[in-house]
Amino acid sequence: MKKLQILGTGCPKCKKLTENAEAAAQALGIEHTIEKVTDINEIMKFGVMMTPALVVDGQVKVVGKVPSPDEIKKMMA
Amino acid sequence: MDFKSEWKKLLLIVAAFLAFFFLPVGQPRFDSALMESLQLARWYAREHVLLCLVPAFFIAGAISVFVSQASVMKYLGARANKVLAYGVASVSGSVLAVCSCTVLPLFAGIYKMGAGLGPATAFLYSGPAINVLAIILTARILGPQLGIARAVGAVTFSVLIGLMMHLIYRKEETAKAASQIAMPEPVVARSLWKNGLYFASMVGILVFANWARSGDMRALFLCCPGGLSTYTVEGRVVQRTEQAVTIVNTSGKTQTLPAALLQGVETVQKSTANEIIYRLRWAIVLALLAGFVFMVGRWFSRGELAEWVEATWGFAKQILPLLLFGVLAAGFLLGRPGPDHEGVIPSTWVNAALGGNSLRANLFASVAGAFMYFATLTEVPIVQGLIGSGMGKGPALALLLAGPALSLPSMLVIRSVMGTRKTVVFVFLVVTMATISGMIFGTFS
Repeated sequence: MKKLQILGTGCPKCKKLTENAEAAAQALGIEHTIEKVTDINEIMKFGVMMTPALVVDGQVKVVGKVPSPDEIKKMMA
Repeated sequence: MDFKSEWKKLLLIVAAFLAFFFLPVGQPRFDSALMESLQLARWYAREHVLLCLVPAFFIAGAISVFVSQASVMKYLGARANKVLAYGVASVSGSVLAVCSCTVLPLFAGIYKMGAGLGPATAFLYSGPAINVLAIILTARILGPQLGIARAVGAVTFSVLIGLMMHLIYRKEETAKAASQIAMPEPVVARSLWKNGLYFASMVGILVFANWARSGDMRALFLCCPGGLSTYTVEGRVVQRTEQAVTIVNTSGKTQTLPAALLQGVETVQKSTANEIIYRLRWAIVLALLAGFVFMVGRWFSRGELAEWVEATWGFAKQILPLLLFGVLAAGFLLGRPGPDHEGVIPSTWVNAALGGNSLRANLFASVAGAFMYFATLTEVPIVQGLIGSGMGKGPALALLLAGPALSLPSMLVIRSVMGTRKTVVFVFLVVTMATISGMIFGTFS
């Protein structure tokens, strides 16, 4: 079970990242949950200052940009 | 029907119905405002999109991809040198915050994990005002004078505001969050001069492609009958009668203005260098472009280029719809610059509230700007419309400084980060500073 968290205050890039993460998880066919973190104070707790960011199982994987579904697949492996 | 879930849609439909029921089509003011809005959008499309906005998007895209944000944030971290932190915070908006939605997380990060309240507020104030896109568009549409004043004002006052916030709250510096700042890995290192040359050639293309010919003379007009403000037209006088003056301005547009409003005409000193550059501008642009293509081909990898194009496209997609909407709204509400180009709001109102350079006009501009929400870059057409309807130069700067830095929604986020009292103090400082810079700029311009 993978836990994916998307950090972002709701800008278009965050939505794109959510889509890509969803696509990557579907393609890998693993069980997962996706959670959107929009509260800025919660985002800070991850030490992230540039949104959007992707967190996999509590680990910050990408900050400040939108990776492609293929790149996200590698991060989830 | 489930009324509980459907009432919002019903309300929307009723509102739309009422709006169209009472639509004042056929009333001259409404109809001409509609035309103004379309005219203004066409003017932007013809004059500003290809030569100004498109290169600006490429520059912004390049900055977001090739400038290592981690290396800038290093100076704003928890253990950063305090003096340096203020300096970096006040100018780093130009490379970091190309999109307004990234300003707030960065602000929160600098405040909670980094250099603290002072540098964080300095960044919050200057960031939106000095991002490259904003400066380029301000200088292009509202003139280089206002563009430079906006950048310089934002940087100077951001340091002052940051220092004041720090002094007021020096006793309660928050405990730093334990978390380490997570940063994107730095991009492939390229020597500084290569990056410098790359950016310089892009900026060069932007500057030379837009090189304007200076006119033969500059005419000063009073804005709006009985107006407090003035505006200038630069170009060549074609015809001058008792009633009207006809001028062909530097971009080739013919303008006829009532002679009663004419304040004075001065001859422009033509500099030969300016003329030579104007004549050779396309040759210079081509040379720069050739050099640019060569650099891109030699120094950059395929992946980097793809990322650059994607970032550029991202900005274009995000900003163009907002800007189009902003231009249409500004045209509809305020019309184009010049008499007989009024929008829905009469020029006399704008002129009475924001004309001249009084304390009241500057304060009004600052307060309105602080609470109003401006989507990225839309402050430019709105200020252009206001200036056309009689807003003074000082209040224009005040609005440009207070506007993008704050809005009611952003205040709420800021409040959730640093609390109500600090937010109120910050808003108060921003309004005061914007008013003061407006007064100073209005007096000397």
